[in-house]
Amino acid sequence: MSPVYFDHNSTTALKKEVLEAMLPFMASQHGNATSRHSFGRTARAAVEHAREQVAAAVGAYATQIVFTASGTEANNFAVHGICSNLLPAQILTSAIEHPCVSRPASALASSNRGYKAHSIKVDTDCNINMAHLQKLLQAPTNLVSVMLANNETGAIQDIAKVAEMAREHKAYVHTDAVQALGKIPVDFFALNVHAMTISSHKIGGPLGAGALVLDKRIDIQPLLHGGGQEKGLRSGTENVAAIVGFGAACELAVSHLTAFDMHTENLRKHLETGLGKLNAVIFGQNDLRIPNTSFFAFPNLDGETLVTALDKVGFAVASGSACSSDSDKPSHVLLAMGVEEDLARGAIRVSFGMSNTLEQVHHFLTALEKELNRLRNLTAIAA
Amino acid sequence: MSDREPIYLDYSATTPVDPRVAAKMIPFLTEHYGNPASRSHPFGWTAEKAVENAREEVAKLVGADPREIVWTSGATESNNLAIKGAANFYANTKGKHIITIATEHKAVIDPIRDLERQGFEATFIEPEPDGLVDLAKFKAAIRPDTVLASVMLVNNEIGVIQDIEAIGKICRENNIIFHVDAAQATGKVKIDLETLPVDLMSFSAHKTYGPKGIGALFVRRKPRIRIEAQMHGGGHERGMRSGTLATHQIVGMGEAFRIAREEMATENERIRMLRDRLLIGLQDIEETYVNGDLEHRVPHNLNISFNYVEGESLIMAIKDIAVSSGSACTSASLEPSYVLRALGRSDELAHSSIRFSIGRFTTEADVDYTIELLKNKVSKLRELSPLWDMFKDGIDISKVQWAAH
Repeated sequence: MSPVYFDHNSTTALKKEVLEAMLPFMASQHGNATSRHSFGRTARAAVEHAREQVAAAVGAYATQIVFTASGTEANNFAVHGICSNLLPAQILTSAIEHPCVSRPASALASSNRGYKAHSIKVDTDCNINMAHLQKLLQAPTNLVSVMLANNETGAIQDIAKVAEMAREHKAYVHTDAVQALGKIPVDFFALNVHAMTISSHKIGGPLGAGALVLDKRIDIQPLLHGGGQEKGLRSGTENVAAIVGFGAACELAVSHLTAFDMHTENLRKHLETGLGKLNAVIFGQNDLRIPNTSFFAFPNLDGETLVTALDKVGFAVASGSACSSDSDKPSHVLLAMGVEEDLARGAIRVSFGMSNTLEQVHHFLTALEKELNRLRNLTAIAA
Repeated sequence: MSDREPIYLDYSATTPVDPRVAAKMIPFLTEHYGNPASRSHPFGWTAEKAVENAREEVAKLVGADPREIVWTSGATESNNLAIKGAANFYANTKGKHIITIATEHKAVIDPIRDLERQGFEATFIEPEPDGLVDLAKFKAAIRPDTVLASVMLVNNEIGVIQDIEAIGKICRENNIIFHVDAAQATGKVKIDLETLPVDLMSFSAHKTYGPKGIGALFVRRKPRIRIEAQMHGGGHERGMRSGTLATHQIVGMGEAFRIAREEMATENERIRMLRDRLLIGLQDIEETYVNGDLEHRVPHNLNISFNYVEGESLIMAIKDIAVSSGSACTSASLEPSYVLRALGRSDELAHSSIRFSIGRFTTEADVDYTIELLKNKVSKLRELSPLWDMFKDGIDISKVQWAAH
C-alpha cells in the first residue's frame, strides 16, 4: 500500500492541468522573458498572462503582482523592503508568524540601525490579542505583519481589523496569506493591507514561484538587485515555467475553492470526532480555521515517536511545521497560545487535500488507536 | 524564409532545457512532490535524497565539496548573497572598500551600488580594450580597507575569460574575500575550486541547459568563509539561505551539470568549430569589428560590430535569427552596451553590435544561413546609409564637423 499523504500544508501535489501548462516552457518555449526576439516575447506573454491569473485569484490588479521565487522570499522582501526605506521604528509581528516573517524583523532589529522588533500576543484560541496590538501601536511603528491563516493550527485572523488599527497609527500592514489561498476567499482590497504574500506550491502549483501583492504607492527596497526585472523590484531571470504553473494553479484554486472546502471540512469533521473519542486535545478547535487543518496532541505521549510510528504504518503527517521539523523544540505557535511545553511537544498536524478520502481518515483513526495503545503499554512497562 | 521558426543563437541569454534534464525533473513534479524539509515521512526523504544527489553533481563539475554548495533561486540571488553577505559580515574586521570590474553583470554591479548607499566605497576597474583586466591595475586598486573583490569568470556579452587564478592569488596575499560570478562559465571552461583561490562563486542552471529559477553559491569551507544570510526563515541551507527548496529545479540543475561535466570537452570542440566558421563568414563583410579578446574567450560567443549599420534596424532586419544586442537583461533599454563602452568602443560601434551565442543544438546549417543573412542585410542597410557613402568616398567621419540645427 502506498503511503497516505496528510501533509498538504507542507507542500501539495502538482495539479495535472498545471503540469500541462508548464511543459511547453520546459521544452520548445525556452526564451528569456527579457529578450526581444520571438522566443523572448513568447516567454514575456506567458509571464504576463500568469500575472493576470494570479491577480484575479486575489482580487488585485496585475500591476500589483511582483513575482518572487518563494513565499519565504516574498515575506523577506516585504518586511525588509518596506522597513528599509522608513525612518527606523518598531516592527510588529504576531507571535505565531512563520519564521520567514519574524526572523527578517529580528535581523533588522539586531542591525544597530534603530529598528525594534516586538511580538503581538495571541489568545489561547490562537487569535491575535487586539488589546495588546492596540497597546503596542502607541509607539511609532513601521510595519505590522500578521498572517491570514496559521500553518499549524489553521487559525484565521481578522486581518481587515488589524489593518484598520495599524493604518490609524500610520503603520504599514503586511499579511502572509500563503496558507489561506485556495482554502478561503482571499481579497487583497477587502483585507486592506499594503502587501500580501502568496505561494505557488501550497495550492497545487510548482515549487519555485511566489508573489508579493503590493500597493505600489509604497516605496519598497528590492531584496535582489541586478537586471531590473519586475519593474526593478525583483531582479533575476523570470522562472517562466514556474510562473506559468503558478498562474494556472491560482485559476484552478479559485474555481475549486468550494469543492475543496466542503471535501476537506467533511474529512476533518470525521477525524476530529474520532480524535475526541481518543481523548486528544485539539488546538483551536472552536476557532475560525481553514477547513483542511487539524492540530492535536495526546497528553503524556511524545509526538515525534507517534509521527514515526504512524509513518511506519503508512501515514505521512507532520509534527509542527516542516520548516522547523529539523529541530526538537516544541511549536512556537502552541507555546504562544499558552499550551504546556510537554503537551506541545507531542503535537501532530494533519492537513488534507482533495486527493484524501474518508476511507483514509477511518484507516488513520484505527491505526492511531492501535499505536496509542502500543505506545502507552510501552510507557507503562518502562514506568 | 519568414515563416520558419527563427534560429536560436542567444544561448548566453538562456539555454533550452536539455530533454534529458526535463525527463529527470518531471517525476519530481508529479509523484515525488514532498517537501525536502519534511523529516517525518518518505515523501520528504525522497525529495531530500534527490536534492543531495544534485548537490554532489554540482560540486563535482566545479571541484567543490557538496557541503560548499548553497542553493539559491539563480545567479542573481547568488551574486546578491555573496556580495552583500560577505561585505556585511567582514565590514567590521576588514573594512568597507570593494573592488570590481566595470564590465560585470548588473547582478554584481547593482548589489555593490546598494552597498555604496550604505556607506561602502567601490572601485570599478576599467578593463583593457580586449576586455581583460590588467593585473597591475587590479593591484593598484587595493586599499588597506578592501574587504571584497568580485570579478566574473566569463563575460556575458563578449565571452572573454578573466585570469581568475592570478586575481585570486593577489586577493589571498592581501587578505581580500574573492567572489567570482561563473554564471556564464559552467560547461564552457574547466573550473577546479580545489586549486582555484576563490572564496565565493555564483552558478546558474539556465545558462547550462538546466531550468530557470535555480542557482547555487559556492561558499568555501577551508579556509572557512562566512556570509550574512540575506533571506531569513526556516533556516534551510545551514541558515545561509531560507526557503523551501524547489526539488524539481534542483534535480534539473544537478542533471544539467552532470551532462556538462561528461560532455563539455567534445561539445566545446564542436562549438568552437561552428563559431570559427561563423567568424570567418562574417569577416568577409567589410568594416566588422570583433569585440573582446578572441584567444581568452569561450568558444560559444561571438560579439561583432557592423560599422555604419544602425543596430536596431539590423536586429529588425535579421528577425529570422534570435540574437541579442547588449545583454538580455538590459535589452529593454536602447542604451548602447555599457560593456562595449568600457572597452573604449564608440557609441556608434557599440550600437551596431550583435552578440551571437552558439550552443548544444546549433547546427552547421544554422551558421551558414546566418552568414548569408547577415551579408545580405548588412549590405542592404549600408546602401541606405549616407555615412557608408561618405566612408566609401574616403571621408573620415570622425573628423566631420556636423552643423548644429
